[in-house]
Amino acid sequence: MRLPPQPGEAIDRTTAFTFTWDGRSYPAYAGDTIASALAAAGVRVFSRSLKYHRPRGLLTADFHDPGCLVQVGDEPNVRAAHRRVEPGMTVRPQAVWPSLRWDVKSANQLVGKALTAGFYYKTFIKPRPLWPAYERVLRRFSPGGEVPAEPPDGRYDQRYAHPDVLVAGGGPAGLAAALAAAEAGLQVLLVDEQHELGGHLLWGDDGDRAALRDLRGAVAAADGIEVLTDAVVTGRYDGGRVVVLQRSAPGVVERLVKARPRVLVAAPGLIERPYVVAGNDLPGVLLSTAARRLVNRYAVRPGQRAVVLTANNSGDAAVGDLTRAGVDVRRVLDARRGDDVVRVRGRRGVRAVECSDGSTVACDLLVTAVGWTAPTSLLTMAGGRSRYLASAARFVPADLPDDVLAAGGIVGDGSTADLVAHGRAVGHEAARRARGLPPAHVADLEPGPHPELFHGRSNGIVDLAEDVSADDLRAAVAEGYDSIELVKRYTTATMGPTQGKLEAVNTIAVVAAATGRSIEETGTTTGRPPYVPVSLGVLAGRRYQPVRRSPMHTWHVEHGATPLVAGAWIRPDHYGDPAGEVCAVRQGVGIIDVTPLGKLALHGPDVADLLELLYVNRWRKLAVGSVRYGVMCTEDGVVLDDGVTGRLGEDRYLMTTTSSGATTVEHWVERWLQTERPHWQVHLVPMTDAYASINVAGPRSRELVGRLTDIDLAPEAFPYMRVRLGRVAGVADCVVWRIGFTGELSFELHVPAAFGQRVWEALLEVGADLGVRPFGVEAQRILRLEKGHLIVGQDTDGLTQAYGAGLDWAVKLDKDDFVGKPELAWQRARDDYLVLVGLQPVDPAVVPPESCQIIEDGQRIVGRVTSSRMSPTLDRAVCLGLVAARLSEPGTTVTVLLPDGRRVPVLVMPQLAHVDPEGVRLRG
Amino acid sequence: MMLLTCPHCGARDAGEFDYVGERRDRPDVSRATEQEWRGYLYLRGNRADWTAELWHHRAGCERFLTVVRHLGTDEVRG
Repeated sequence: MRLPPQPGEAIDRTTAFTFTWDGRSYPAYAGDTIASALAAAGVRVFSRSLKYHRPRGLLTADFHDPGCLVQVGDEPNVRAAHRRVEPGMTVRPQAVWPSLRWDVKSANQLVGKALTAGFYYKTFIKPRPLWPAYERVLRRFSPGGEVPAEPPDGRYDQRYAHPDVLVAGGGPAGLAAALAAAEAGLQVLLVDEQHELGGHLLWGDDGDRAALRDLRGAVAAADGIEVLTDAVVTGRYDGGRVVVLQRSAPGVVERLVKARPRVLVAAPGLIERPYVVAGNDLPGVLLSTAARRLVNRYAVRPGQRAVVLTANNSGDAAVGDLTRAGVDVRRVLDARRGDDVVRVRGRRGVRAVECSDGSTVACDLLVTAVGWTAPTSLLTMAGGRSRYLASAARFVPADLPDDVLAAGGIVGDGSTADLVAHGRAVGHEAARRARGLPPAHVADLEPGPHPELFHGRSNGIVDLAEDVSADDLRAAVAEGYDSIELVKRYTTATMGPTQGKLEAVNTIAVVAAATGRSIEETGTTTGRPPYVPVSLGVLAGRRYQPVRRSPMHTWHVEHGATPLVAGAWIRPDHYGDPAGEVCAVRQGVGIIDVTPLGKLALHGPDVADLLELLYVNRWRKLAVGSVRYGVMCTEDGVVLDDGVTGRLGEDRYLMTTTSSGATTVEHWVERWLQTERPHWQVHLVPMTDAYASINVAGPRSRELVGRLTDIDLAPEAFPYMRVRLGRVAGVADCVVWRIGFTGELSFELHVPAAFGQRVWEALLEVGADLGVRPFGVEAQRILRLEKGHLIVGQDTDGLTQAYGAGLDWAVKLDKDDFVGKPELAWQRARDDYLVLVGLQPVDPAVVPPESCQIIEDGQRIVGRVTSSRMSPTLDRAVCLGLVAARLSEPGTTVTVLLPDGRRVPVLVMPQLAHVDPEGVRLRG
Repeated sequence: MMLLTCPHCGARDAGEFDYVGERRDRPDVSRATEQEWRGYLYLRGNRADWTAELWHHRAGCERFLTVVRHLGTDEVRG
């Protein structure tokens, strides 16, 4: 029931709206959580528990509430006691059948005795082949929500942050620590899990609210504090990196902040611990902090008649809040005086509480305040430890590394003023350490005395998320699982959505009692990141996919090019008719955009030495004005890249690489220069984007290029494998080399990128009468295959050494040194490798798909087809393939296994080239 | 994620760098036996101890640098 306005309420009563829960409409105010709006409307059951399908309601009334996972639209596992409700929101209970009210699976609780730890393992393990059938049925019993088939709307994002100090927790100590560090002139990132700063002061009394107003005002006025609310530190990693999940960031669904503070201050406060006693999971059992939140923040009266079990001042304050809210507090059991709850009675909710004095009190609410858990996992992730303090009935942090400090309630107890003073001292020390000063000791806040209250005399649920009872834990110990880590894995206690925050210490206490050891001896399980569940979307972040386009890209698009994604580049695959493009090049002239070719400018007196070292072939005698094809191998002799490099001037070279290998080769050259030959004078400048590159190919290419340049293209003036510098289409500083990847007479133009499209269009314009056509990557692949030119990475793989790639002619073993030389010398003495050969299927109409295996004796793999196409020039299938050296003799017939199972004979050719093996066309 | 100190750019996240490998001395090509050469190619110490490594500041100045790192603790020696 909704109370009249409360002084500290979070809701805005001027903004009212409705949303649906389980198909019915409910009212809400802005600022309500899903659970608070439903609780205000009298809803008490939010879910069914994992194993026994018992009804579950509010327990902690915050993010970690195990009974409040709901489906919002198509988003599963939403924390209903944390997520703010929005107008029109569609909220449903998860995995209940046929309904939340009548869940048939609740029959499980009748057989609860049989469903003890390990029940599923033991029962469904035999017969093993039936497990898939069991699994299908058991899946229906799992409590998760429905994962949508489509990716969610909206965007996830990531950012980096470099604060001097990161404060995890925005309660009084965290606020004070942030202020102290900011006053010292440092940049502070203040992170808090709730929607507003304030921690427990938010649901406190008048004094708490006054203190909070002051602190929040100071934070807002301070320079250098960035505040992230509804954000939580999920972990601390190597090198002090702290990852923050920001849930309500503007414009995105969620954001992951990767922060690297100099100092981390953990001020998470304390988490209230549930009490383990029969019926402790019934709707109507609330923690004292939950009751205070509901009354003071959401103006919700959580029940009519209450029993309060209190061992501390939070429970005492809850009595006051409940009374003020009009709840009839029938009995206050003071655990400090030995009062206890024996059992909670009820089926769909609390109906009565059996007290230790033998009386039974009828009520619909049991509020417990039996102790606190210090959330130390962030500190243990950072390399600290936690130490059990029996007098305070909780673990406290110990042995923190120098760049991590703990502040406030996690360390000890005190008044708001004490917490603020401790926070300030820690913030001051954090600022000192962030400045690199030697660590000084901060006086600890002493933990106050508290009775050890973990479990009562009856069997209750320890892990409410996983439905693990105290008896389950005892049974596991009885079966021999006496280590806390084993008990955890066997029973799944602490492994559910709450991840130990509520139940870890109770689990340890039950296991300690069952094994006869102390809590200290029993120890804790290991806390690992992430502290809270993190969506896969935010881990992936926004998808950045850089795209590279040549200066002629727009032209290609406007002229109907089919795009091909080649690494980061978008290239024209063809312009509608790749075979026609091939014929145009063979018979007339065509032009292709080869801008993605890697281009590296090399300057300096030692370039020739560099080329001698990195290429397997010889370079020292390359004359100015000449170009040469070169092959690079790695130190294991495997072909790394190939390309043409030309000498433009005395100490000036231009190296080209394959399009896909451009970056690899750039790094490769740099690495050799920087690490192995640092004394060499070579300067490398990546030029790939600086030039637009156009290959003009075909018997009429000389005629076409001649119309646009003053360079003398006559065969005797500009022979094959030469380079000339000059103007093309009026554009100065062009590099033109005469090479022939396509097997035709061709000129490759490297023109300053800004003029790429101008030269491209000029070629098409002045060559119209020659029938010039643009051709794409597919036509180029056919042309080069017809010519037998290999593509590194397609016709070679990560094991293909130079001799296997048919590059015998290029490898100069008589050079003193080159990268990969020893391995190639040894390879030449062997014959146990695959060799690249030209292949032609005996049936000219059969084109074996690339990667088809070449087989022997019906099944043994002896090679594979690496490239295959129908050749428009020869009107037959042509291939390249890698075959065992002994089968590489020309005239050998090998067998190719097609995907449909057919085996077809394929002839090994005398050379790689299918068209013009003599190279007449190239050199014309 | 570790911090590595690039001599040109200062302390940067290790994600900006490529790990190239342990530093190795390239044997004399004219004299190397198969065993020596293959050791250079394939054998790595990988000891939980101080190790000299080659890193490449790919997303920064593109320099290759030697990092002396303790493989047990990820400490980097300046």
